[in-house]
Amino acid sequence: MSSRSGLPAQAAVHAFSAFGIVAQTAATFAGLLLITFLIGRVLPIDPVLAAVGERASADVYEKVRVELGLNLPLHVQFWNYAVKVLHGDLGRSVLTANPVLTDIRRVFPATLELATLGTLIGVLLGVPIGVVAAARRGGFIDRVARVFALFGYSVPIFWLGLMGLLLFYARLGWVLGPGRIDVAYDEVVAPLTGALLVDSALRGEWEVFRNALGHIVLPAAVLGWLSLAYISRMTRSFLLAELGEEYVTTARVKGLSEWRVIVRHALRNALVPLVTVIALSYATLLEGSVLTETVFAWPGLGMYITNSLLSADMNAVLGGTLVVGCVFIGLNLLSDLVYRLVDPRVR
Amino acid sequence: MRRFFIALLVCAAGARAETPKDTVVMAKPIDDMISLDPAESFEFSGSELVDNLYDRLIGYDVKDVEKLFGELAESWSVAADGKTYTFKIRPNVRFHSGNPVTAEDAAFSFRRAVVLNKTPAFILTQFGFTEGNVAQRIRAPDPRTLVIETEKAVAPSFFYYALTAVVGSVVDSKLVKEHAKGDDFGNAWLKTNEAGSGPFKLRSWRANESYTLDSNAEWYRGAPKIKRLVARHVVEPATQRLLLEKGDVDYARSLTKDQLDAISRNKDLAIDQGNKGSILYVGLNQRNPILAKPEVREALKWLVDYDAIEKNILAGRFVKHQTFLPRGFLGAIDEMPYKLDVKKAKALLAKAGYPDGFSLTVDVESASPFTDVAQALQASWALGGVKASLIASDGKQLLTKYRARNHEAVIYRWGPDYQDPHTNAEAFAMNYDNRDDAKSKTVAWRNSWDIPDFTRRAGEAALEQDTKKRAAIYEQLQREHLKVAPFVILFQEIEVAARRKNVDGFIIGPNFGTNFYYAIAKK
Repeated sequence: MSSRSGLPAQAAVHAFSAFGIVAQTAATFAGLLLITFLIGRVLPIDPVLAAVGERASADVYEKVRVELGLNLPLHVQFWNYAVKVLHGDLGRSVLTANPVLTDIRRVFPATLELATLGTLIGVLLGVPIGVVAAARRGGFIDRVARVFALFGYSVPIFWLGLMGLLLFYARLGWVLGPGRIDVAYDEVVAPLTGALLVDSALRGEWEVFRNALGHIVLPAAVLGWLSLAYISRMTRSFLLAELGEEYVTTARVKGLSEWRVIVRHALRNALVPLVTVIALSYATLLEGSVLTETVFAWPGLGMYITNSLLSADMNAVLGGTLVVGCVFIGLNLLSDLVYRLVDPRVR
Repeated sequence: MRRFFIALLVCAAGARAETPKDTVVMAKPIDDMISLDPAESFEFSGSELVDNLYDRLIGYDVKDVEKLFGELAESWSVAADGKTYTFKIRPNVRFHSGNPVTAEDAAFSFRRAVVLNKTPAFILTQFGFTEGNVAQRIRAPDPRTLVIETEKAVAPSFFYYALTAVVGSVVDSKLVKEHAKGDDFGNAWLKTNEAGSGPFKLRSWRANESYTLDSNAEWYRGAPKIKRLVARHVVEPATQRLLLEKGDVDYARSLTKDQLDAISRNKDLAIDQGNKGSILYVGLNQRNPILAKPEVREALKWLVDYDAIEKNILAGRFVKHQTFLPRGFLGAIDEMPYKLDVKKAKALLAKAGYPDGFSLTVDVESASPFTDVAQALQASWALGGVKASLIASDGKQLLTKYRARNHEAVIYRWGPDYQDPHTNAEAFAMNYDNRDDAKSKTVAWRNSWDIPDFTRRAGEAALEQDTKKRAAIYEQLQREHLKVAPFVILFQEIEVAARRKNVDGFIIGPNFGTNFYYAIAKK
């Protein structure tokens, strides 16, 4: 009896929890939209001037002001925009003359591709470095890792990118230059996902794949260093905290090898908070790589939002912000799911 | 992991590719481009691109701008009334679509620009065309004859030069009408597409990323020497330089002085230069009672070390210039009386009642070389006791503040809209209405300089039919302007393009709408 009556109660709890998540997500979106909208309106940039330029006559200025809906009260402007967004219309960008959705479809895959590779580099190198640094605390590797991470944190990414280009592209010729692809390969592969590496691989265009890889390696490595610095330090810190726990002492007393204790026991527990760190690092690379995009002439989302913001192209800014918001919310949900996988207590 | 990383690098290095032999690649910022419609495009990058996609009725020789030549117009004349212009359209010219170019296309192009009334429309509407009268005043009685009637008899050169502007481009009316939606005259479609007859066809434009042009083998002046041109959006000058040195681009279009110095020592690279009509100046807002004093305005002109700024900051990018008409314009004078003279400036400030100087804010765009020039000005003005606080901001933010007349002093750049002196005379020496809600916001208006006499005389100059007399009026206006105007005119811009030596032929004209690709050849 108890199990029968428990099931609907459990289902109700799940439903309530799901409703809570949806409501929370919707509220986050609404807040995000409102705040971004208001920021756009208090910027000391006239969006009409940004659109028509300094030579426009008074009647042209007024006409465009009306076209952009800026003659309406602020709350009406926001309402109109929110209704459009709910209908899947992010409006048209003044700067590019395209629907914002079309622009985002074009620029977001470029950023996604770069940030994913950067995060992969950060995780695949950062976690092992963090583990070794924690295991050999105070040792040579720990000290080297600390200096390496310190550089990753403190050297401006703009400078790092330029120096990387100078050394690996201009001097050594190990990688290809700025941009996503050589002119000769441009438009060779019809876009499927928009991510050149993926599209060229799916189409079997390996020449294009190699070229795209040659272009992405350096900016991804630069972003990867930033990510690596963060992830390796956090891995070390989480792991050291776990290594001080009693269950680790118990495992050692049982006679397990040190690496088995670290990898099978301590690291597994350290992974729980590390998942959030990796997710946040990934999200940061997705929206915050504007300087890397500038140095490497990478037409991504960061540059798109920054250019739009500096021109008060608010449809584009809001559209881009929504995408970034979605990414953050999506990655948060994803890290929650991964939590459940790695930590039985959360299930 | 290390092996994986090395494998990635090696794999990438093996995929090296130079720019193709029949393709020229340029690295330049193109993020200011918001429309490809000639009736709307008014930005530097957009004007350059549109100019290479379309032909106009007439053009001018960029080396000797007084020489006009026919593009789509075979011949042209003005009637005795000084108001009726007749153009004979060149036969057997076709648009990229294959449609023939006719006088009706030209009439349609000008009419739609007037009716659409986008930013560059004023270049045409200043001749009295309105939505109501344009169909009457711009007409094509037969496929090869275009008749245009202006409201007043203006200087013919003024009208002809106005037609050389981007807004004077002739669009394929048949194609544009096919894509028109409602009463937009095809504007939505033409923003991202083209309907021209020029030396290049648009293959693709990816905003903030690149544009690609294919040559038009049927161009009436002969096919361009290259098959394709690609402009890649590269903002960072250091990145442009690396790309150029490695041969991944053929032209780098916005290198800084230091990079140009370094490049000049590279035997594989060369530098092309061309005088631009753009002027760098300081605007002094006359709402500020201190700046409104004539002695203060003049003192600030004597407190600039023009030569040092040119040599140390702007060499190769700007040259000294102090009058409102740039070199190369009708009526331009090369008089530069001002130089750094602290003693004279101090005497003027003392006469104005400020023997110990005064404080003011100077707005400037936070970009090179403007901030460097601002710092140099700050230092030299300090010699006369003028304490300048610099306010650096984004270009669009600065424009918003400047157009609202909320500045004290501002460092700004002005580029002429077309090749006639009226464009700059109107900007710097005309203020039709000094009220805040004035319709015309000239540069003089932005600095609250109320000048009915200058306005009248500059207006009359535009109507003068005799070219010599007209030039003389502008010369006189500039001499007076130089002494009393609230503008410290500093420099005239030089456009520089660094290139690989195996590529040549890029034409840098005095306007951003006169940079041409058609003569570029690659060995």
